[in-house]
Amino acid sequence: MISVRDVYKSYGEVEVLAACSVDVRKGEVIVVCGPSGSGKSTLIKCINGLEPFERGQIVVDGVEVGRRGTNLSRLRARVGMVFQQFELFPHMKVIDNLTIAQVKVLGRSREEARRKALALLDRVGLREHADKHPGQLSGGQQQRVAIARSLALDPVCMLFDEPTSALDPEMINEVLDVMVGLARDGMTMVVVTHEMGFARKVASRSSSWTRAASWRKPPRRSSSRSRGRTARGSSSPRCCTTDGPALDRLSPKPPLIAGQSLSAGSI
Amino acid sequence: MYDFDWSSIPGALPFLWQGMKVSLGITAVAVAAGIAWGTVLAVMRLSPARAVSLFAAGYVGLFRSVPLVMVLLWFFLIVPSLLRDVLRLSHATDLRLASAMVAFALFEAAYYSEIMRAGIQSVSKGQRAAALALGMTPLQAMWHVVLPQAFRNMLPLLLTQAIILFQDTSLVYVSALADFFGAAYKVGDRDGRLVEMLLFAGAVYFVLCSAASWAVRLLRRRVLA
Repeated sequence: MISVRDVYKSYGEVEVLAACSVDVRKGEVIVVCGPSGSGKSTLIKCINGLEPFERGQIVVDGVEVGRRGTNLSRLRARVGMVFQQFELFPHMKVIDNLTIAQVKVLGRSREEARRKALALLDRVGLREHADKHPGQLSGGQQQRVAIARSLALDPVCMLFDEPTSALDPEMINEVLDVMVGLARDGMTMVVVTHEMGFARKVASRSSSWTRAASWRKPPRRSSSRSRGRTARGSSSPRCCTTDGPALDRLSPKPPLIAGQSLSAGSI
Repeated sequence: MYDFDWSSIPGALPFLWQGMKVSLGITAVAVAAGIAWGTVLAVMRLSPARAVSLFAAGYVGLFRSVPLVMVLLWFFLIVPSLLRDVLRLSHATDLRLASAMVAFALFEAAYYSEIMRAGIQSVSKGQRAAALALGMTPLQAMWHVVLPQAFRNMLPLLLTQAIILFQDTSLVYVSALADFFGAAYKVGDRDGRLVEMLLFAGAVYFVLCSAASWAVRLLRRRVLA
């Protein structure tokens, strides 16, 4: 479904991704953890072409992302993406947030788009908020709307860029529940998150299609935690371990390590 | 002590109203066309295509670097004869109003484009990314997601610029077009009561513009709230 081969990406002097490779098969949920600044978000932005990369190859559902002439818009319409800051369109009602791309990008009729949108709002438990503006919703509700907005295009896979990092603690679970539901329904997902609980939950369901990986040696605290977990539930994913099977990354430049305390704290 | 005589004003009111309609007409057309063209220029300016961006930058730079009066004069001299040739109009047709509207629209577009550019940049990058991630083309993202928010953020500034534009329409006196200011001048000149008429015209501009500014302030508070 998603194949990342030897991708290199740098912002000026700072090398963010180096020889990064990962394969995601259909129905798999990949949890990507690692300290802030280690290029996790950059990777998923590269996967749907929001960020250009310098070398390597990314193929999503048979479409080569980095090649000149690839219709990125058409590709992105099939790859859902959920952002840390929700990025709902504040000038539109919730329902319009869900219908606009269906109508403008996929060419669905307004009625069809509306039906689909309401069904999805139902699924994330927010149908009664359809006519509100995003600003009237809590963070957790907004993120659920954002997930529904992506699902409205019937994506073949979903990318999550720290979907719970901007949320108050009491709202994290309502978003994670939606994501767990998605994973159980067989959605292919790449999730950048610090939520080990999520990885564990999805894994306990079926560890075989869940892999987690990290770029680099994680801070000691979280690494020992996840090892403890691995010991408890034998089938849990290898989260935040240094031997991530799918993703490899050269260590980042020293300044980036400063982000470690952040990621450890947010678990 | 100057002896004020306001008696010529009441009789001149219908004529002054005609002039006011010209002023408001020019303002309305220039604001609408200026914002539309200015928005196009702003989008062009931010385009990754270098030639497109340079054109917009050049256009804005040019119009912001020449006096408005001069632009108006160019247009009074050039546009009427051009339009007559193209549309085969008779020389009797008065094109001064049309050329004034075109001149103001093109001139103001330069200023509006700078406002809209700031507006576009005031919308977070994530909004555009989210629109693109939904499969929208860059232009769709601009039109459906970024511009509505940019417009809303900049509405007070756009309206303030419209108020300035309304005042600037008085510059059409260079073409002897009877806008409100021109009408007042003509009446004052005719009756030998120039001082009174100009004071009166000034008072009218003052009242209208401060009322409008006050309304914009109210609106700004509401938009921000």
